[in-house]
Amino acid sequence: MPALTLTIDGRLVSSRAGETLLQVIRGNGIDLPTLCYLEGLSPRGGCRLCMVEVAGREKPQAACVTPAEEGMVVTTGSERLQRYRRQIVELLLAERNHTCSVCVVNGQCELQSLAARFGIDHVRYAYLSPRLPLDASHQRFGMDPGRCVLCARCVRTCDEVEGAHTLDLRGRGVRSCISIDLNEPWGRSETCTTCGKCVQSCPTGALFEKWTARGEKVRAPELIPRILAWRETHER
Amino acid sequence: MKGERTNRLRVATLWLSGCSGCHMSLLDTDEFLLKLAEAIDLVHSPLADAPKFPSGVDLVLIEGGVGTEHDLERALLARSRSRQVVSLGDCAITGNVPALRNPLDREAIIREVYGVAWQPERLPALLPAVLPLHRVIAVDLFIPGCPPEPERIRTVLTAIIRGEAPQLPQEMLSFG
Ligand code: SF4
Ligand code: SF4
Ligand code: SF4
Ligand code: FES
Repeated sequence: MPALTLTIDGRLVSSRAGETLLQVIRGNGIDLPTLCYLEGLSPRGGCRLCMVEVAGREKPQAACVTPAEEGMVVTTGSERLQRYRRQIVELLLAERNHTCSVCVVNGQCELQSLAARFGIDHVRYAYLSPRLPLDASHQRFGMDPGRCVLCARCVRTCDEVEGAHTLDLRGRGVRSCISIDLNEPWGRSETCTTCGKCVQSCPTGALFEKWTARGEKVRAPELIPRILAWRETHER
Repeated sequence: MKGERTNRLRVATLWLSGCSGCHMSLLDTDEFLLKLAEAIDLVHSPLADAPKFPSGVDLVLIEGGVGTEHDLERALLARSRSRQVVSLGDCAITGNVPALRNPLDREAIIREVYGVAWQPERLPALLPAVLPLHRVIAVDLFIPGCPPEPERIRTVLTAIIRGEAPQLPQEMLSFG
């Protein structure tokens, strides 16, 4: 495979053709933040937390969907990028109802730890406090759209890993929501196999096993890439 | 002697719409309380017998969201009489638990909780939504957590007493 040479944060690095910037950056030990990206799933480029600056391109680029190219000069942590990332997380917190103190995933949440990582000790925007009813109709799982960041990791997992495509996104912008089948209560879904993979892919407390209380959600997002890797080796 | 000028910090604490857990966390700073007692005068607090919010306060720690008109009045008064305001805990910073009512209808909640026995004149009027403190007054410092761990409070107060700018490390910043 042809090798490429890029400059990342002033350092010369090499990569294989076909890799994304995110793969090259993380492969070189730089901990670039992501939220909608989950290893093994098709990249979505939705959350924009992974954005980097590429010399010659005016707008920041989402590293998870940008192919590495020969000679690229990439900056991963400029003051501008840090400011944007902080803004994105603050807007996510303001957009729904994040009450970490009573949340099933308190202490293990990707959104919560990103906020701390970016030094967010308060949110400068007004909270929208939308009224979003919880779906507790499924026998084993619950969904609280008030904690959803619309990353669509669950949608891609259900489609690409489980093959059920029970979940999808409906609506536009901040009013988007995860919908189940043709907007049914989860408990009435005819396609859901109750596999629980969506719950494991979810970075927040939006999807959870029922009967879990504050901080009790057990997270194993690495399950998804592990299942896919297992298939690679066993289904050929 | 009364009215004597000292170099001790004049500190107040305020309890708005919160559960008093943040105040408990302050008390949980153990032996640090002794150091604190040497360095500050607690001039107004639910923990002290001083009913009026005095003027010339150096630092006020405020627990709780701004949920009622009474909260709002007290927050404004505290701001106007204090040099530095600290949002202590998630309720003051985000609205947190009291703000769980924000997506719901205020009148319906009052009816649900107080039923027919509700006497509006006995309760401070609820604001339409529970607001973070920094949405109604300028806030200088934030100590997140529900409740904030004593270590976080100690870190901030230690810096202030030494006259340094407090900076909580990343691992002391999480909400929840
Ligand atoms: S999902 Fe839960 S822990 Fe994560 S930010 Fe939202 S409320 Fe906090
Ligand atoms: S439990 Fe499985 S099948 Fe059901 S929605 Fe989640 S991923 Fe899809
Ligand atoms: S439910 Fe979870 S995984 Fe699905 S879009 Fe919302 S935050 Fe992402
Ligand atoms: S991780 Fe790249 S856009 Fe979300």
